[in-house]
Amino acid sequence: MTDRLPITVRLDERDVALPAGATLAQLLELERREAAAVATALNGRFVPRDARGSTALSDGDVVLFFQPIVGG
Amino acid sequence: MPHPSDPLLIDGVALDSRFFLGTAGYPSPAILCDAIRASRSQVLTVGLKRTLQAGDNGALAQAIAAGRGQGARLLPNTAGCRSAREAVQLAHMARELYGTAWIKLEVIGDEHTLQPDPFELVAAASELVREGFVVFPYCTEDLILGRRLLDAGCPLLMPWGAPIGSGQGLLNLHGLRTLRERLPDTVLVIDAGLGAPSQAARAMELGFDAVLLNSAVAQAGDPVAMAGAFGDAVRAGRQAFRAGLMAPQAFAVASTPVSGHAFLLGDA
Repeated sequence: MTDRLPITVRLDERDVALPAGATLAQLLELERREAAAVATALNGRFVPRDARGSTALSDGDVVLFFQPIVGG
Repeated sequence: MPHPSDPLLIDGVALDSRFFLGTAGYPSPAILCDAIRASRSQVLTVGLKRTLQAGDNGALAQAIAAGRGQGARLLPNTAGCRSAREAVQLAHMARELYGTAWIKLEVIGDEHTLQPDPFELVAAASELVREGFVVFPYCTEDLILGRRLLDAGCPLLMPWGAPIGSGQGLLNLHGLRTLRERLPDTVLVIDAGLGAPSQAARAMELGFDAVLLNSAVAQAGDPVAMAGAFGDAVRAGRQAFRAGLMAPQAFAVASTPVSGHAFLLGDA
């Protein structure tokens, strides 16, 4: 039954509640992020675009989204 | 004018421009685009940011479009990284977002000077090269560090002229000259610390292969005009290096070919 409990992940310094078993791809959809517009990291490690759908999130995970910007 | 007969070769790519330009901190996206065009640069540095931070007002998209018109390639950076692990992760994100294996590797070791951390830099470069990246390491002028980075597989080095954004020019001429002399076949790009076109020309006259800068253009009173001035200076410096500078001497040597005295004053 434990896997049916909702989970909370930390996304860019705020908490987001998700159903248990949610994937990184589903989090992007929930946040209305275009898949190709951001890069993703889970607990400090890069997760490639094609691996997001198979990357299940766990309670307490820390997710970061990155996007392109000007730079020196 | 570009010098098609004198391209800069990096990773099999021939670049007609030896002026790499950063895209951050311009007064407006329009000025950034005009500065890119005025610079004629073919390498533009770009970055990554967390999505919770403010956007860039469309500057990046416009810059990429402006650069594309002159055949510019993007060079994403790992700005803000303090460890090899962080830099490696960010490099992977940059490769995915920008679609290029080129990465300007920055691993900062000191908050005040923004000096690169040589140990983390070599560790990150080694891993990234193994993973197929073309690593442009932002480093100091230290010769041994340079050798370690080349041993790791970096195709070039990007030693600082002075701390990032300081505009102080070439602070350690001895160290930079030594690097140039000891690594004669390595592509060396002066990255960071240049504040004036004359400093860029000086770097090129010393035999460096290119310069990379951002603040000196972005923070100029007229960034577009300054981008053009830097472009001219880089071309002039390169041309002077290829022409061969005369050897300095510690004494005067008359240039007019007279012999003896020009006039006889007589014995009276």
